[in-house]
Amino acid sequence: MTDQVATTALGKPQRSLWGDVLRQFMKHKGGVAGLVIFLFIVFAVLFGPYIHTIDPQYLDIRNKNLGPTWEHPMGTDNLGRDGLAQVLSGGRVSLAVGIAAMALSLLLGTMIGILAGFFRKLDGPLMRTTDLFLALPILPLLLVIILLFRDSLRAAFGPEMGIFLLIVFVIGITSWMNTARIVRGEVLAVKEREFVLAAKSIGTGSFTTIIRHIFPNVLSPVMVSATLGIATAIITESALSFLGLGFPSDFPTWGRLLYDGANFMTLNPARVIWPGLAISLTVLSVNYIGDGIRDALDPRIRGR
Amino acid sequence: MLNYTLRRLLFAIPTLLVISFIIFVILDLAPGDPTGQLPLTIPAEVRAQIRESLGVGEPIHIAYFKWLRGFFVYEPLYWLDQMGLTIGDPADRARIISYATRGPVFDLILERIPQTLWVVGLSYVFGILIALPIGVISAYKQYSWFDQLGTFISMVGFSVPTFFTGLLMIVIFSVQLGWFPSVYDTTLEVNSWESFIKQVKQMVMPVAVLALYNASQISRFMRASMLDNLTQDYVRTARAKGMSEKVVVLTHVLRNSLIPVVTVIALGVPTIFSGAIITEQIFRVNGLGQLLIIGIQGSDFPLVQTLTFIFAILIVLFNLIADVIYGILDPRIRYD
Amino acid sequence: MRKLKTLIMATAAASTFATAALAERGSDGNLNIAYWQAVSILNPYLSGGTKDIEASSLILDPLANYRPDGSMEPALATEIPTIENGGVSEDLKSITWKLRDDVVWSDGTPFTAADVVFSANYCLHPEGGCNAASNFADVESVEAVDDHTVKINFSVAKPFPYGPFVGATAPVIQEAQFKDCMGAKAPECTDANFGPIGTGPFVVDEFRANDVVTYKANENYRDPAQPAFATVVLKGGGDSASTTRSVLETGEFDYAWNVQVEPEVLAQMQAAGNGEIIAAFGTSVERLMVNLTNPDPALGDKRSTVEGGPHPFLSDKAVRQALSMAIDRDILVEVGYGPNGQVTCNVLPAPEIYASTANDACKTQDIEGANKLLDEAGWMPGPDGIREKDGVRLSILYQTSTNSVRQGTQALVKQMWQEIGVETELRNIDAGVFFGGDQSSPDTFQKFFADIEMYTNNFDGTDPEAYMGNWVCSEIPSPANQWIGNNMPRFCSEEYDALSKEMGKTASIEKRAELAKKMNDMLMQEYVMIPLIHRGRVSAKSNALGNVTLNPWDSELAFAEEWTRVE
Repeated sequence: MTDQVATTALGKPQRSLWGDVLRQFMKHKGGVAGLVIFLFIVFAVLFGPYIHTIDPQYLDIRNKNLGPTWEHPMGTDNLGRDGLAQVLSGGRVSLAVGIAAMALSLLLGTMIGILAGFFRKLDGPLMRTTDLFLALPILPLLLVIILLFRDSLRAAFGPEMGIFLLIVFVIGITSWMNTARIVRGEVLAVKEREFVLAAKSIGTGSFTTIIRHIFPNVLSPVMVSATLGIATAIITESALSFLGLGFPSDFPTWGRLLYDGANFMTLNPARVIWPGLAISLTVLSVNYIGDGIRDALDPRIRGR
Repeated sequence: MLNYTLRRLLFAIPTLLVISFIIFVILDLAPGDPTGQLPLTIPAEVRAQIRESLGVGEPIHIAYFKWLRGFFVYEPLYWLDQMGLTIGDPADRARIISYATRGPVFDLILERIPQTLWVVGLSYVFGILIALPIGVISAYKQYSWFDQLGTFISMVGFSVPTFFTGLLMIVIFSVQLGWFPSVYDTTLEVNSWESFIKQVKQMVMPVAVLALYNASQISRFMRASMLDNLTQDYVRTARAKGMSEKVVVLTHVLRNSLIPVVTVIALGVPTIFSGAIITEQIFRVNGLGQLLIIGIQGSDFPLVQTLTFIFAILIVLFNLIADVIYGILDPRIRYD
Repeated sequence: MRKLKTLIMATAAASTFATAALAERGSDGNLNIAYWQAVSILNPYLSGGTKDIEASSLILDPLANYRPDGSMEPALATEIPTIENGGVSEDLKSITWKLRDDVVWSDGTPFTAADVVFSANYCLHPEGGCNAASNFADVESVEAVDDHTVKINFSVAKPFPYGPFVGATAPVIQEAQFKDCMGAKAPECTDANFGPIGTGPFVVDEFRANDVVTYKANENYRDPAQPAFATVVLKGGGDSASTTRSVLETGEFDYAWNVQVEPEVLAQMQAAGNGEIIAAFGTSVERLMVNLTNPDPALGDKRSTVEGGPHPFLSDKAVRQALSMAIDRDILVEVGYGPNGQVTCNVLPAPEIYASTANDACKTQDIEGANKLLDEAGWMPGPDGIREKDGVRLSILYQTSTNSVRQGTQALVKQMWQEIGVETELRNIDAGVFFGGDQSSPDTFQKFFADIEMYTNNFDGTDPEAYMGNWVCSEIPSPANQWIGNNMPRFCSEEYDALSKEMGKTASIEKRAELAKKMNDMLMQEYVMIPLIHRGRVSAKSNALGNVTLNPWDSELAFAEEWTRVE
């Protein structure tokens, strides 16, 4: 106590909740390692193409199916495109799609889950809507979405941005249901716990109860959903391009690189190892960051 | 709880009707043509005739009504006929007919159930059986080498798609080592020890690929939920009361941690019946997933509609079961 | 000399006799065939694709089949009717087939002319939705002259009267089995459609739709020594790479249909030594269709129609020609097709007598020439290197179906066009949508809402008349005809139409060849279609399978009764 008073007196910032959380996070080895790797991947895909300047779409037929060389550290594919350049430029799309789609699906899922679990009146309609979305046939639905929105989005946002928005929307809208069901289940249990009842009894409003008491207690399944969601979004994006919904075929993404390389697995292992590793590392690092955040937000652990 | 269950079951009927109609509208809007896979040498006039003979392009309310009647009236009547209970004229059963095979959709689906249950169902059971202990131990010994290894394997297992792991297994175990067949024989009848061994051999690879994927997902939720509960006050109380560690972890903590896991499992069971499209394709298991994807690719609307609707029924049913199990796991949860 | 000839013939006859005597029906065990598209139905008249027609060709026979060399061989008939032997009437309006009198159906009942007449009526029924209807085009009536003679009358003169009952698309089905399945009732006969009684070498043992067919040898097959195999398993599903692998690498299957795998992967699979790739060239050509009309979305309903006006830059022949000249077809073959493709400069590459040599200049890439051509036509590079004239940029939307080889070709062509200052946006569309005729979809190949599109087309059998008729003015797809029509480039020329009409009246094969070549050259020299690759039919066979020749003119399994096991 005296220490704290002393530091405050010296003009250093007061310990806030978020400062505590940050400090606790920095103590979490896994979380920090995950963050470092994740930032490394982000920097690599953002700035890598300025160092490794080969155009990922340039075809060099005379140098096809190469193993790793100094000029092509990750080899080349069967059309002579440079592996490293493709992984770097594919990473931009995959990371952007993965994170944005995951965020959208998490936001929708958590919100619907909490509302359904907390307010009994909303439970029925929201969960039946969830059942509906779970039951919709995804592939025909995607074809309908392309039919209805592709041209108008293309006209409004240009080909690339339009497709990006469409993909994020499509993945987000078709993948929030699991999170919603899981969060709702947790909320149903949490809202009957003593501390929530206590909060209610002293007249805390619903909104505050949700933010203060409910949300932090359902955070861990949300974090797991987030990690799994990124992986799903990256893979789903590549599946979309086969329907003609994704980016044009010469636009590399990690999922697509992995799919195209699969048949060349024994001929040129580099074609599957690198994109596979990139996806796995991203998911792994997000997982550890999630672990760190969860621990940092848990007051019982933070207190220790 | 019984009251709640009955009310939900009653409410499920209008829900499913709405779902079936929305599915129907989506399939109707989706671009596609059952004659799309015919060779280009077949002229467009002939295609138009074929479409007409299939009944493509009927007004949607008529087509929907026909399908509803097929699903809820003629199919049940047909199966009653088969059981010897004939109501009405058996010759007058307009069953739901697939565009591609011109055969009844339900016969196709029934034909697929054995291999789907063997492969997809079993892999799900294995996935759960592997995931639960891994999740529990990982959480109990958080950040031990076991936990770290488990995290690594499950994250890689989830982020590497099955089209890759499946192919990798074929290259290793079928091509290089020659241990397992790469093609699933759906006509194999298990009636002797040898045929049983053969069945096991052809199931190993697809089951392993799918089980890895399922186990990865479930074990993560199990671990996270266990971690949440291990730090709760009641655990400290239970320990203070002198309960053995085994009782504390396996009865109190585990039971309270199961809610998200039950949700995930209940969400997963219906997907067994929608099959595992990619894995089935790779190993040519030809179960319900392959049937669905062929139906979609060939715009076989009666087939896709029926399969999707059965899937919807299972989703509604299993989500209800999950809700009931919540109440059993945590008696404080009440719906009324 | 004469004696010697007789001697040789006698020896030849004796040796054939000897092999025939050696072979015995059902002596070679089981044959495993893999198709990556699963079989849906075994009635070829109601089939949904090539796979169904081929699977049923093991059970059902037509009157005559095409041999792998393109010649016709009688199956249920005793000989091929021609004008010379009197089988085809002088006015080309009827053909008379003499049937074998020793054939019985697999259920033991005799095969007669009535079955042939019934099969024709079955397919001609307006409500049946028969997909071989074009084989029976212009058929006026089919009559049984006696039990073993059938006469087919046409409403117009048919210089090539071998549409009905030649090849696996139009075989003979049994009247007794299908007589209650005419017209609208056709789909109700599931048992018949799943297990037709036939005259072919095999009969259905078990059929699981969209999965697997098991056959056993037909006890009543007309050749007592055939088929060599006792049973056949035809497994469907997976993808082309996996079926090929199961023949070449794991050896689980004997034959894999329609191999579409990148050449280097194929070479590696072949190195395992279990089998080989067999290829044969029919009439399939992968080509670029050039849209001569304007696909601008702003045109609304007039998009890609003649009424919408000409294309802003593809209506300039110089541009079209430059696009063709800039393509290095050798590289496309090398990267995407390997031994399964050949460079071609014609849309009508085969049979031999129809193949023109007038356009062979396209075989070598000519970037310089293309650039010069565009310069002369006034298309000058803009600030970003893309050529333009009067504010119109050479910017192309290039669409095709989703397929890894096609996407590779697209990427290569894009880069080649970049070198002549043409910008390309690639689009790939799900094959089911692209080739489907759904009116509501903007992405079908008939609507052609793009500048260039790529796909493969071919024709059945060996006669190109109907195929070359695809590009007459009346075949232009438009909203008025529900986009039904095969003239994707929207090419229209009176001269071409006249040639097409003339071909319909010409009987002499030499004259027909001359006309067909002329039409081909006209299309090529107008550059309304840009042929890329003459695609072979490619399959994989195990080394343990003998007497297999890939047949590009008929079902690949049309002569499966001749296949044997070799050790």
